[in-house]
Amino acid sequence: MAAEQKFTQHTWPESPEQATLEGKNKFLGFWFFLGGETVLFASLFATYLALKDSVPSDTHAKATDLFELPLVFFMTMLLLTSSLTSVFAMYHMKNYNFKKMQQWLFITVVLGLGFLGCEIYEFNHYYHEFEHKFTSSAFGSAFYTLVGFHGGHVVFGLSWIIALMVRNAKRGLNLYNAPKFYLASLYWHFIDVVWVFIFTVVYLMGMVG
Amino acid sequence: MKKKLTKWRLFTFVGLVALVLSGCGEPFLSTLTPAGEAGQTAYDLMMLSTWIMVGVVIVVSILFAAAVIKFRRKKGDVSIPKQVEGSHVLEIVWTVIPILLLIILAIPTVMATFDLADTKAMDKKNEDGTTDAMVVNVRANLYWWEFEYPNQKIITSQDLVVPTDQKVYFNVKASDVKHSFWIPAAGGKIDTNVENVNQIWLEFDNEKAAEADNLFYGKCAELCGPSHALMDFKVRALPQNEFDQWVTAMQAVDAKAAEAAPEDPTAAAGQEVFNQKCLSCHAVTTADARPEAARTAPNLAGFGDRERVAGILEHNEEELKNWIADPEKYKPGNKMTGTYGELSDQELDQLATYLMSLKVE
Amino acid sequence: MSTIAHTQKRGFAGTVWEYLTTVDHKKIAILYLLAGGFFFIVGGIEAMMIRIQLAVPNNDFVSAGLFNEIITMHGTTMIFLAAMPLLFAFMNAVMPLQIGARDVAFPFINALGFWLFFFGGLFLNLSWFLGGAPDAGWTSYASLSLASEGHGIDFYALGLQISGFGTLMGGINFLVTIINMRAPGMTYMRMPLFTWTTFVASALILFAFPPLTVGLFMLIFDRMFGSGFFDVAMGGNTIIWEHFFWIFGHPEVYILVLPAFGIFSEIFPTFARKRLFGYSSMVFATVLIGFLGFMVWAHHMFTTGLGPVANAIFAVATMAIAVPTGIKIFNWILTIWGGSIEFTVPMLYAVAFIPSFVMGGVTGVMQAAAPADYQFHDSYFIVAHFHYVIVGGIVLGLLGGAHFYWPLMFGTMLSEKLGKITFVLFLVGFHLTFFIQHFLGLMGMPRRVWTFLEGQGLETGNLISSIGAAFMALGIIVLLVNVVITQKKNIQVGRDPWKDGRTLEWAIPSPTPFYNFKQLPLVRGLDAFWIEKQEGKTDMTPAEPIGDIHMPNNSFVPFVISLGLFIAAFGAMYHADEGKDWAIPVLIIGMLITFGAMLYRSIKDDHGYHIHKEDLLDEAEGGTR
Repeated sequence: MAAEQKFTQHTWPESPEQATLEGKNKFLGFWFFLGGETVLFASLFATYLALKDSVPSDTHAKATDLFELPLVFFMTMLLLTSSLTSVFAMYHMKNYNFKKMQQWLFITVVLGLGFLGCEIYEFNHYYHEFEHKFTSSAFGSAFYTLVGFHGGHVVFGLSWIIALMVRNAKRGLNLYNAPKFYLASLYWHFIDVVWVFIFTVVYLMGMVG
Repeated sequence: MKKKLTKWRLFTFVGLVALVLSGCGEPFLSTLTPAGEAGQTAYDLMMLSTWIMVGVVIVVSILFAAAVIKFRRKKGDVSIPKQVEGSHVLEIVWTVIPILLLIILAIPTVMATFDLADTKAMDKKNEDGTTDAMVVNVRANLYWWEFEYPNQKIITSQDLVVPTDQKVYFNVKASDVKHSFWIPAAGGKIDTNVENVNQIWLEFDNEKAAEADNLFYGKCAELCGPSHALMDFKVRALPQNEFDQWVTAMQAVDAKAAEAAPEDPTAAAGQEVFNQKCLSCHAVTTADARPEAARTAPNLAGFGDRERVAGILEHNEEELKNWIADPEKYKPGNKMTGTYGELSDQELDQLATYLMSLKVE
Repeated sequence: MSTIAHTQKRGFAGTVWEYLTTVDHKKIAILYLLAGGFFFIVGGIEAMMIRIQLAVPNNDFVSAGLFNEIITMHGTTMIFLAAMPLLFAFMNAVMPLQIGARDVAFPFINALGFWLFFFGGLFLNLSWFLGGAPDAGWTSYASLSLASEGHGIDFYALGLQISGFGTLMGGINFLVTIINMRAPGMTYMRMPLFTWTTFVASALILFAFPPLTVGLFMLIFDRMFGSGFFDVAMGGNTIIWEHFFWIFGHPEVYILVLPAFGIFSEIFPTFARKRLFGYSSMVFATVLIGFLGFMVWAHHMFTTGLGPVANAIFAVATMAIAVPTGIKIFNWILTIWGGSIEFTVPMLYAVAFIPSFVMGGVTGVMQAAAPADYQFHDSYFIVAHFHYVIVGGIVLGLLGGAHFYWPLMFGTMLSEKLGKITFVLFLVGFHLTFFIQHFLGLMGMPRRVWTFLEGQGLETGNLISSIGAAFMALGIIVLLVNVVITQKKNIQVGRDPWKDGRTLEWAIPSPTPFYNFKQLPLVRGLDAFWIEKQEGKTDMTPAEPIGDIHMPNNSFVPFVISLGLFIAAFGAMYHADEGKDWAIPVLIIGMLITFGAMLYRSIKDDHGYHIHKEDLLDEAEGGTR
């Protein structure tokens, strides 16, 4: 049966994630899912743009008051780098190098956790220094929902990658779990692309006013 | 199988006959008897679209009935008919003709859309802040309507009084949830939103108004709660001179006039009750200077001349007392219930007499 | 496991467990049919109550508040819990067979989609028993829905959110199945129209549901977690809800109608013995309708105050959709033109559909003219229009499809005689109920009104309308009798029962083997089975030798995942109430059940099982059948 076949570096297919019907289906299905997620985030962006700076009174913080470059830039670098490391992981997967793939996935997870830590610190900062909360204004609701949903996706993605790494640690690579790793890395790239938009639309445009 | 075709056509016919027998609606309520320019524009477009579409339905029905009748399978026929892939010519024909028909509809549609949205006149302000245009500010509430006349500086509610033969401009909004302002005989509706002010113009033709006894029915057209169906208002369309008289009479109901005690002792007693229990919400002067947020109940100046009690009940003392005694029974979910405690029968009598005495005409 | 094990008779408990754990598209189709059918009855009862209340002026059959709950649930139930699942039943039952596949791309997800829909629908309808149903209309506009007291709207938002996830999964599943799993020789332009409409509808689901998801989250957050998306005092804006709802809502009606169109596109050729006229145009029109469906949403908002530019643009865009729809109508008429028409029950529904749907469609074009819509909007004219297209288009499609595909799904055939009785009662009732409503709207009757007053000219029309509803109810009762009698008698009608089947689903044995095709068929053109029949063959030419068939395992996990969300929803809904300390733990436990089950599924190896070649060969030599 294809899924449990034993391979060597030479017999391993070029695109292992699409070498079985199940893999092909998962590949296509997941791209469609990302299409739906794109529309989801587009809706969240639209809401954010409509409600940006929509506050009950002037005592509430607005975008120009809140956002600062250094931390957010550092977070962007963390996430972009983690996308790069996931690419390395996939490179090694295609070359049937299980150990190196796991190592680069591990680094990806560490960078992702770093991003999350910074984001928690950032939210905490807004909450305490500026009273900028999910429940304080429509602007706050829109901001935390957009950026928070993204953060939620990061948490889910990290859990997914960790679960895969643990699950397959003893099994190694085969045509059954190659698509699983591939989809997780695709998801990770998607989250990264969404972050680039958040960085631009929320933070950069927010700071300019 | 003609059987099923005739059956539903029969019933449709019956329905149509019933409709005709009931008339095309009432002139004070129906969109089919437009009483002003806006309503006429909408009606013309409705007619144009109807005739085009009736044409389409007839063509489709004929083709279709012909096919269904002509090509019924004869008993025992096992032959396979000729399989036809399609026809480029026909595809083009039945693509191009509908497009042409739609263009015929689309051009007047776009023109009318811009025409009906033209409320520029209401933004032209004079030096003293008034406009030459006739303007009414409409505020929709659960479950009543407030009408403020910014140029004439009067506030009233439930009965909208307008002059005929000129465009009347409206600023509309809602104070609690979304409602919709609709006078079907006069024209289309516009939603009253909580977050912004919408603008619309309507016009009331003098002759058409006379046909409807100068009284049109207004409706709330957006689900707003349990008593959405009971949020009727009335529109009195008067010739210019009568309208001016009404304005002058309403302007005379200033604070001083409102405070004066009525001659009738029952009414005077009623005023006492009113001042204690009702005045905090209901103003009886048209010059209510309170901010919008404080005007939480219909303005009752001139209540004695109104068409209905609470928008839906017959306008007499009996119904007025019924309403005040138990408003929840008549308008479930209204905001007046439970705000003034129980009233004795005597208090109800006095209040009713007082309120009915508030006349300007 | 051998085939024989799968064809063994199970006891009642065994059958229940089989259906709770099935991942077989055919059984899932039956689940959708049963659940959708049940909710259709519920929605129908709600409709009867509406019409009884409105039969006479100033009626008090139900109170005002209860009426608002009934209209809300009628609309929500019919669209989300009846029409969509019933269409999913047919898409699941028929599409994989039509393309020569052995199941959908993701059988597990298919089951998960069903259970999510089921638990979402269950959650929503529990509101009747737990303090009151939602009462802000199926559109749940934000200012009213935020103000609505009690938990009704919470049931709405959470229930639809859960159900919606299921639908989204179904959409992705069908898309991948159609793209990746067609039999050899079946190019895109050889796919039956029903498969095409499933394809386009699934693409619409993929892109239309996320905006609803976002809108529902915002409603949930505002009502249960204190945010301010729609709260004007906090800087929010209720029009955002309207936009998201209709960006979803308009494509939704095309999601509903396109598969119904697809069913008719199968029925007409079959019972006229003539191929579908203008196949390429029909495909093109389907795709165009799907695409344009996303461009017109604000025609539901003409009176909101978006301004003349927006209104004019959306008016013209809306009129444009009439063109591909008209193309379809003409192609159907030309299909039966020159054919040999047999008036079976499915064909009767198809024939009634044409004039009924066209009437609904033309009132749609009338409404597209924005200034005319300023009068029509929120009046009974609109109610008449959408019932004409939904009942005259979608419901007639479901009824016709039920008769047409019953042999495929159950091996039996519904009684033609009883079917004709249902047809006449239902059709007459439908026109009686809704035709007059056009005029009620024109005469000034708003919609969603609990009652109407005397002396406004509205009495006769409302009475006629209510009488019509009774006819429809009778028709459906006869249908239920038909179903029960047919299933009890269980007379198996065998393969290709309509004798003129043109597409692959009619080419396989009946009852359908659980693996669908012993050998994947070779498709030589459009109407693949018809082509073989014209050459005197009785079977499809196989495209592969008999070999092992890989099948997926059953699983209870989809049920558990859905159950977890169902439990969590209660926690989310009650956590802000006084004295309900259990709510947050329940919310957490529910989420843990869901994510835990997902993790379990992820970690387990599940490679399915194989039916061995030897067992298939045994069967071929007349083994168990």
